[in-house]
Amino acid sequence: MKLTTATPVAKAERTGWTGYILMVPGVIWLLLFFVIPFYSLVATSLYDPNGSTYAGYQMTWAFGNYPDALAKYWQPLVRSLVYGGVATFICLLLGYVLAYSIAFKAGRWKNLMLVLVIAPFFTSFLVRTLSWKLLLRDDGFFVNFLQFLHILGPDGRLLATPVAVVAGLVYNFLPFMVLPLFASIDKIDHRLIEAASDLYASPIRGFFKVTWPLSLPGVVSGTLLTFIPAAGDYINAQLLGSPQQRMVGNVIQNLFTDANDYPAAAALSMMLMLLILVMVLFYVRRSGTEDLL
Amino acid sequence: MNALQRIGRWIGRHLVLAGGIGVLIYMFIPIFVVVLMSFNAPKSRLIYRFDGFTLHNWLNPCQDASMCSAVARSVQIGLLATLAATLLGTLMAFALVRHKFAGRSLANLMIFLPMAAPEIVMGSSLLALFVAAGVGGKLGFWTILIAHIMFCLSFVVVTVRARLAGLDDNLEKAAMDLYATPSQTFWKVTFPLVFPGILGAALLAFSLSFDDFIITNLNAGNTTTFPMYVWGASQRGVPMQVNVVGTVMFVVSVLIVVGNEIHRRRQEKALAAS
Amino acid sequence: MSQVAENTGVRRTGSAGDGLRLVSLTKEFANFTAVKSIDLHVPTGSFFALLGPSGCGKTTTLRMVAGLETPTSGQILLGDKDITFEKPYRRPVNTVFQNYALFPHLDIYENVAFGLRRRKAGNVDSEVKEMLELVELTSQARKKPAQLSGGQQQRVALARALINQPEVLLLDEPLGALDLKLRRAMQIEIKRIQTEVGLTFVHVTHDQEEAMTMADTIAVMNQGVIEQMGAPADLYENPKTTFVANFLGQSNLIEGTVKGRDGDFVKVDMHGTLASIPLSRSHTTDGGSDGLGWVGIRPEKVLIADVGEDIDAPGNSIPGGIVTDVSFVGVSTQYLVRMPWGQEMQVFEQNTGRRRIFNTGESVDLSWRPEYAFLLDHSQDADAGVDVVAAP
Repeated sequence: MKLTTATPVAKAERTGWTGYILMVPGVIWLLLFFVIPFYSLVATSLYDPNGSTYAGYQMTWAFGNYPDALAKYWQPLVRSLVYGGVATFICLLLGYVLAYSIAFKAGRWKNLMLVLVIAPFFTSFLVRTLSWKLLLRDDGFFVNFLQFLHILGPDGRLLATPVAVVAGLVYNFLPFMVLPLFASIDKIDHRLIEAASDLYASPIRGFFKVTWPLSLPGVVSGTLLTFIPAAGDYINAQLLGSPQQRMVGNVIQNLFTDANDYPAAAALSMMLMLLILVMVLFYVRRSGTEDLL
Repeated sequence: MNALQRIGRWIGRHLVLAGGIGVLIYMFIPIFVVVLMSFNAPKSRLIYRFDGFTLHNWLNPCQDASMCSAVARSVQIGLLATLAATLLGTLMAFALVRHKFAGRSLANLMIFLPMAAPEIVMGSSLLALFVAAGVGGKLGFWTILIAHIMFCLSFVVVTVRARLAGLDDNLEKAAMDLYATPSQTFWKVTFPLVFPGILGAALLAFSLSFDDFIITNLNAGNTTTFPMYVWGASQRGVPMQVNVVGTVMFVVSVLIVVGNEIHRRRQEKALAAS
Repeated sequence: MSQVAENTGVRRTGSAGDGLRLVSLTKEFANFTAVKSIDLHVPTGSFFALLGPSGCGKTTTLRMVAGLETPTSGQILLGDKDITFEKPYRRPVNTVFQNYALFPHLDIYENVAFGLRRRKAGNVDSEVKEMLELVELTSQARKKPAQLSGGQQQRVALARALINQPEVLLLDEPLGALDLKLRRAMQIEIKRIQTEVGLTFVHVTHDQEEAMTMADTIAVMNQGVIEQMGAPADLYENPKTTFVANFLGQSNLIEGTVKGRDGDFVKVDMHGTLASIPLSRSHTTDGGSDGLGWVGIRPEKVLIADVGEDIDAPGNSIPGGIVTDVSFVGVSTQYLVRMPWGQEMQVFEQNTGRRRIFNTGESVDLSWRPEYAFLLDHSQDADAGVDVVAAP
C-alpha cells in the first residue's frame, strides 16, 4: 500500500553490497525504534494489570486487559472514530473545492495557492489551536454572530462542544486532505473533461462521471491521511472540548503519564490501531481502488 | 457598478474558485489571530482576548525564561533530528531507487508504516520500549531525539526518493560517457540534481520535529519542548510571547518557501532566455 | 440569444439551411487574434479538411465549432440553427480528440457508450456492439484504453464520437500520434467509414498529404485566415498565393516583369525569357505598383535537357542552367539547377529509363508547358510556407 507517492520506476539498478550498506543504518533505526517498540506495546498490553511502574510489571498474558479497557473506555474510543470520521468528511468537502480550484481554476496563481495551503502549518499546531479557542470563546464574534442568527440559543456556546472539537480537527488536518487531492486532480487531462462535455455530459454529470472517478486515488489517500491522525488526536479535544468530548488519545495519554496504568493504556492503543486498520482495509476495498493505490 | 457588486459578479462567474479562496482564507484565520495576539497587551493572564496594542511582547520575548529555554531545546532537538534523519533517509532513498537488493518491498512497508500509524500509538509503543528497557526513569532529551529521528526518517526517504526517481538517469550515463568516474558522476551530476530534494526533506523534517507534541509528550519525562510548554501554559494562562514565536515561525518558513519559489522561477526564466 | 439576432442576414455564403456554415467567425485571445473573420461552408456529407501549420488557427476554429471555445464575433450555423453560443453538450457535434482523450477509468464498451448514456438513448447495447463491429474492436470491448495499441485507441475514439450520429464529426489531428505506416492505413480506414456512414467530417491537420488523400475539399489556413479553398487537385495545380504554392507540395517561384495581357495569356519577362501564363492561372494581371510577379512552376513539371536539345514544350526554353546537386530517390531524380540569375531551381524527373541522369556541374536547358505555370502577386513573400514546422 503506497498512499503518498507513486512507486518510483526503478532504473539504473545496480546489484552488489552497496544497496545493503546504504539501507542498514536507517533500517536498524526503524527496527529498534519502530518495530521493536510495537512488540513492547503488545507485550505491555498483556502485563499483569495489578502491577505498577514502581513495583514492576509481570508478563501474565492478561488478555483480560482488552475487554476491561473496552468496557471502561468504549465511549472515548467510539467518539474518536466518529469525530475522526465526521472531520474527515468535512475535510473532503472543503479540501476538494480547494484542490479542484487550485488544479483547474487558479491558472498562473497555482504555485502561490499551493504555497498558501502549506504556509499556515509551519506555525505551531498548538499555537494555532489556541487561536481557535480565542475565536470560538463564549462572548466572541462567532458565538455572537450565531446567536444573532438564532442558530445558537442565548446561552449556547461553541467551546467545549463536539462542534468545536470537530472544527479543530477539520482545521488541523485539512492540508493532509488537500495535497493528495491536488496531486490526483492536477494529473487529470483537461481534454477528458472536454471530451465528456463533447459527449453530451453537462458540467455536473461530467464531474461525477469523469473528474470524480479519476480523482479517487487522491480521495482515498487523502481521507486515510486525514482520518488516521484525526482519530488518534487529543490536542483538539483537550483545548477546545470538555471532559464530555474526551477522545481515546486523551485517555491513553492520561493512563500513561498520570495514572501510570500501562497495561490498560497499551491495550487501548492496540485496539485503536486495530480498529483503524480494519476500517482502512474495509474502506479501501469498498472504494474499489486497491489497484490504484 | 460599485466594488461590492463587482466582487459579487466575479464570485458568481467563478463559483468554484471563490469557494477555494474561501477555504484558503479559513486556513489563515488562526494565523491572523496569532499575529494580532503577538501585539496584545492582556489585562489578565487568564482571559485570552485582545485588550490593547503593545510592542512589549516583541521587545521582551524571554519574559518567561522557561519559554525561551523550551524554544531553544526544540531548535536543538530539531536540528539534530533533522541532521540524522536526513543523512539516514537520503542513504535509504538512494538504495531504494538506484540499487537492487532483497527485501525491498519489506523495507518499503517499514518506511511507509510510521507515516500511517497514529502518533499516539507510535508514542506509546516507544514509551513501552523505554520502560521495558529500564530507561523509563531517564526519559528526556535523548529519548525525544530518538523518537524524532524515527518519525522524520520516513518523510525524508519519501521526499528524496520522489526527487531521485524523477531524475533522468541518462544524465548520469552521459557523464560516464564523458569520462567521469563513478564518484565524479555522483558529486558533479547526481548530487547537485538531488540536492533540492534533500533540502526540502530537511526542512520538512525540522518542521515536523519542532511541532511534534503527541509522541514527544509521552517520551519527554521532565524535559519541556516548545509545544509542551504551550500545552502546559494553556492550562495556566498563555503568555503572549507564545504568539511572537508562532509569528516568527510563520514568517521564517514563508520566507524560505517564497525564496525557493523565486529562485526556481529565476532559473526557469534564465533557461527560457538562453 | 440577442447577439445572434443582430448578426443574422449579414453575410450568407452558399445556400441556406444545409451543412455547417461559419460566418465572419473571429476569435481573439488576450494578445493575438487566432482566427480572423473566416467564412466557410461545409456541405452535408462532405469530407472537409482544414490544413495549415501549427498556430494557424485551425484547431481554434475546430474548438469553436465543438463549443469548447467561445467566438469573439461571428456565427456558427448548423443547417438553419444558430449554434454559436450553444453549450458543447447540447450540440449535435462530436469530436475525435488529438491523442484521443479516452476515459482511462472506463473500458472500451463504456467509452463508446458514454454519449448514448448521457442522452439516455434506448438500446445502448445493440448500438455499441454495432459500432464496435464497424471499427473491428468487438473482442476488445472489456479492455481498458491503456491496454490497446495506438491504432486501436484511435478507432475507439472514432467509434465513441460516431455512435452519436453527429451532424458534424470533428477530427483534431486524429492520426498525429501514429507511426507513418499505421497512419496510411488509418487514412484509408477513416475515409471508408465516412463513406459508409455518410456524415459530415471536418478534419484538422498539418499534414498536406493526409489532407489530400482524405478530403473532398481542403481549406488552407495561415495566420488566422483561409488562404485558399477547393478540391485537392485544384489547390495543388493552381495555387492562388505563395503560401499555398509552398505549403502544399513545393514550387519554384521566379521573379518576372509582367508585360500585360495577350488574349487568354499573361506575358511575363523572366530574366530575359518571355513566359506565357494562362489567364485563369494568373492571380495578378498587371504586376501591381512595381509591375512584377512571381512565376510559379512545380518541380515535377519542369523539363530538363542537354544544351540545345529539343524539349517537349511549345514555348521558349531557358538556357544557362548548371546542375549543382543530384539526388537519386528511386522513382525519380531530384536536381538543383543554378540559373544565370543566381536562383536554384528544383527539378524532379521520373526515372522512366528513357533518358539519362545528369551529373553535377553539367550545363542544361530548362523548360515547361505553359499550361502548368501560374502567376502570383509579387507583394507576397516568396518563402511563405516553405519551412513552417509541420508539428501540430
